[in-house]
Amino acid sequence: MSVDQAAVRRIARLARIAVDEQEIAHLQDEINAILSFVEELSAVDVEGVEPMTSVIPMRLPMREDVVTDGEIAAKVLANAPLTEGGFFLVPKVVE
Amino acid sequence: MANLINGATGDWEVVIGLEVHAQVTSKAKLFSGASTGFGAPPNTHVSLVDAAMPGMLPVINAECVRQAVRTGLGLKAEINKRSSFDRKNYFYPDLPQGYQISQYKSPIVGEGEIQVDLTPEHAIRVGIERLHLEQDAGKSLHDQSPTMSFVDLNRSGVALMEIVSKPDMRSAEEAKAYVSKLRTILRYIGSCDGDMEKGNLRADVNVSVRKPGAPLGTRCEIKNVNSIRFIGQAIEVEARRQIGVIEDGGSIEQETRLYDAAKGETRAMRSKEEAHDYRYFPDPDLLPLEFDDAFIDALKAQLPELPDEKKARFIGDYGLSAYDAAILCAERETAAFFEQATRHGAGKRDAKAIANWIMGDLSAYANAHGVAVAEAGLSAGALASLVDLIGEGVISGKIAKDVLAMLLGDDKGADPRALVKARGLLQVNDASAIEAAVEAVIAANAGKAEQAKTKPGMLGWFVGQVMKATGGKANPQSVSDALKRKLDLP
Amino acid sequence: MTDPTALTLAEARAALGDKSLSSVELTRAYLAAIDKAKGLNAYVAVTAERALQMAEVSDARRAKGEAGPLEGLPLGIKDLYATEGVHTQACSHILDKFAPAYESTVTSHLWRDGAVMLGKLNMDEFAMGSSNETSYYGPVASPWLPPNWTPERAKAALAGDKKGLLTPGGSSGGSASAVAARLCLAATASDTGGSIRQPAAFTGTVGVKPTYGRCSRWGMVAFASSLDQAGPIARDVRDAAILLRSMAGYDAKDSTCYDAPVPDYETAIGRSVKGLTIGIPREYRIDGMAGEIEALWRQGADWLKAAGAKVVDVSLPHTRHALPAYYIVAPAEASSNLARYDGVRYGLREDGDDIIGLYEKTRAKGFGPEVRRRLMIGTYVLSAGYYDAYYVRAQKIRTLIKRDFETVFAGGVDAILTPATPTAAFGIGEKGSADPVEMYLNDVFTVTVNMAGLPGLVAPAGQSPDGLPLGLQLIGRPFDEETLFALGAAIEQAAPKLKTPAPWWA
Repeated sequence: MSVDQAAVRRIARLARIAVDEQEIAHLQDEINAILSFVEELSAVDVEGVEPMTSVIPMRLPMREDVVTDGEIAAKVLANAPLTEGGFFLVPKVVE
Repeated sequence: MANLINGATGDWEVVIGLEVHAQVTSKAKLFSGASTGFGAPPNTHVSLVDAAMPGMLPVINAECVRQAVRTGLGLKAEINKRSSFDRKNYFYPDLPQGYQISQYKSPIVGEGEIQVDLTPEHAIRVGIERLHLEQDAGKSLHDQSPTMSFVDLNRSGVALMEIVSKPDMRSAEEAKAYVSKLRTILRYIGSCDGDMEKGNLRADVNVSVRKPGAPLGTRCEIKNVNSIRFIGQAIEVEARRQIGVIEDGGSIEQETRLYDAAKGETRAMRSKEEAHDYRYFPDPDLLPLEFDDAFIDALKAQLPELPDEKKARFIGDYGLSAYDAAILCAERETAAFFEQATRHGAGKRDAKAIANWIMGDLSAYANAHGVAVAEAGLSAGALASLVDLIGEGVISGKIAKDVLAMLLGDDKGADPRALVKARGLLQVNDASAIEAAVEAVIAANAGKAEQAKTKPGMLGWFVGQVMKATGGKANPQSVSDALKRKLDLP
Repeated sequence: MTDPTALTLAEARAALGDKSLSSVELTRAYLAAIDKAKGLNAYVAVTAERALQMAEVSDARRAKGEAGPLEGLPLGIKDLYATEGVHTQACSHILDKFAPAYESTVTSHLWRDGAVMLGKLNMDEFAMGSSNETSYYGPVASPWLPPNWTPERAKAALAGDKKGLLTPGGSSGGSASAVAARLCLAATASDTGGSIRQPAAFTGTVGVKPTYGRCSRWGMVAFASSLDQAGPIARDVRDAAILLRSMAGYDAKDSTCYDAPVPDYETAIGRSVKGLTIGIPREYRIDGMAGEIEALWRQGADWLKAAGAKVVDVSLPHTRHALPAYYIVAPAEASSNLARYDGVRYGLREDGDDIIGLYEKTRAKGFGPEVRRRLMIGTYVLSAGYYDAYYVRAQKIRTLIKRDFETVFAGGVDAILTPATPTAAFGIGEKGSADPVEMYLNDVFTVTVNMAGLPGLVAPAGQSPDGLPLGLQLIGRPFDEETLFALGAAIEQAAPKLKTPAPWWA
């Protein structure tokens, strides 16, 4: 399997990474090199095999319903590039 | 019995399915220890996990799991002892991780159903496809500035139950009744407060149309409708829109729409075509959720009596009509109030009378003051006394209304018997007193008395006059009987 | 006293214990060494003031008779561990200026046990790489001289683009280089596909990737959640055992962390390996394998036999599928884990006309080419129409890989011996520019261990014909790191001691 340039643009958009037009062909080659590398897996017999869900034998631990966190607005906002009045600011989103 | 819409080319059937998002009642969030409390200053109910800081990891809240299982039991649904969490990947500023932790492949609850009684004659069963747990997103405010959106993550990570119905509804009325019943069940169980104004319960409405007997049409999804009234309106508007498009020769595109209540129309959301590829995969920070029968049984044992069971019991035990029972059972607290009043003092009194007082005057007062019936200020014991007093003939129904007003007003908490005595509201039952009053009124209105012989309807006027003369305290039935005798009426 | 940085961690612990050395003295010596070694570029942030403060406090504690297991010992910390108030960027531009308001669980254990933080260590960006060449801060030079290079030539190369100098491996290149160059007593590192073990092999140090779930991942910048694991790089097996004991342990904040007590791993050092069964997996003998690697592997088996272990041939049939499967699973998880780097709440922000513009520009500017490649592959293999063919299939193959190991262990094998790397360290700039896959092949012996969630230890075992370090890898049963330490110590005992490189960089 390989990707064409349209697919590369689509993937870049899904991943929210801007890619210059000049870079598309090169990126396409890189991705296709990796896809060639993994191609051999399609021949492996996986009949009746379950996909791995957990490498160690454990049950999902649960915690009790107690408020143990929050009230740290200063820490939450400390590294933010742009804030106002305790909110994070982003360019306006239109629904 | 489908409710068909008449179009230019004939009758159309509307097919409706609902995805209801119910905020789970819990103190802390689904995967973090921050508070779920409403109305806090921005980004204060946010932990490092909710803010998606580097290296943060989710830990599941046991109560949210229990609430989902309880709800599943309330929906008579299959409880899946093994379920798993998937990441739903998309970019949006109110989704800090860039993915929502949800359950796609294996939800915690499977198929179930809800019985919806629109009227005693018109009942439908709406199938439940599944219920799963997922994180809520934060909130963006778009109206604070012309160029920027303001993001508050307080709600980010709060537990939601997504309850997906089968497309079993065929009218706006059915859809509204379904949501109302679902809301009642959730409130009974205590797993969601159903407050649609706060956004704790919201629905995505899937609407399609078809000619009766034809295969399902393409559906459109109307997102985030937050009132039952709007759900009904949106369905009607969208169904007509789709019929219009098809009858004009067009076809329906599957899309996501929003309902604009002000304009009374639905409109397509900005195209998120690529966003539909959510790239679901199992969340590698979580293991599959597993619990055993003992876990489920413990929750089952503590479930309260559910609305359908309670309603059936009210009909059977108290002889109430299906209609009355349904109204009383709409809120668990109201049903409890009814029962406490009916059974007060280990006596059993006229259940219908109690029901009428609750559904009538007490509800009117409660609604006007924006409180629940059980919280209006009248105790169940006081209501019981009131009904007893009428039954014993101590006061008339009319006087009782006045007493109720007193008990809800200045005389809150007073004992009705004592109050009636203190204010001299005792009904006059004494036959001779009534005779005297009746005779006095007849004597003062000889002309009318004559007319009454041929116009029996005037009895009512005379009753009114005698009641006025006795300050409303005469036993109206006795007055009526006495008047009939004295006026020579049948 | 001779240069205090010549002491191993265990030796320094003893010297501090008998008060022949203070933590302040030791810390000063390391800070001086670090200062002279700037050219190696092993550290991306040196916390000199904090280190001295911590050392003073430690000496005061010791004077009161309180001393934790790592009391006063100066360590280096890989840049992906959240260290409160200190540079934590996983060596990426996208985390520019990020200083967390929280401390990772693993590092909090170290400070709990009395250790001193020297600074943050260089690494491949977001742990994606096998040579530390993808770091935003530039490559790290290994303290080992390239074959036939003079120290002068090497020192001159440090000033430029470092081309030709040896890579220390990756992604924990800074950690490995710092340990080998004696710029810290030991270092914390992390391993997703070999990022502890391969650099250890390249630099002649000891690296341990414990069983998945042994250490907490809370506060570690996530790359691939089901594969990432914290572990130590140290000068010898004993030092690694001491450090792992402090790092490991249950953490309720990590749902994938295993709840079991942490053994005192140090007691396994010197434990007899008589009667242990060592498996030699035939599938690790790959075509075109360098002769010296094969020879070293056999030599390692002979050493263990001489120490009383039994050596048997075993088969791990799905071995060759591990690397391609890894390059589906790891990028897939990474593509989701790195979605949070979006310019909104921390790190780099590049302005855009709208929110999509903000995301796209920030991430294009903030991520290097290797990270971008892997995010795109990851996005692709999870996308509609490809998910089953790629991701699900790779996860099924993962089950088969784990099953292979389970079968072998069930058959009575206690540990498996394999080569650590297909070659000795290569030069900076030598690999990967034409074909990304060329770099990936470095992990061929190590990824199987992450895919199966097992513990792996690499110890230096010999040298290449050019005199560069070569290591051997031991793979153990789940949570049986003790057996690995016992076997690792046996190999270390038997193997010729490598001479540590003289500081040509100073």
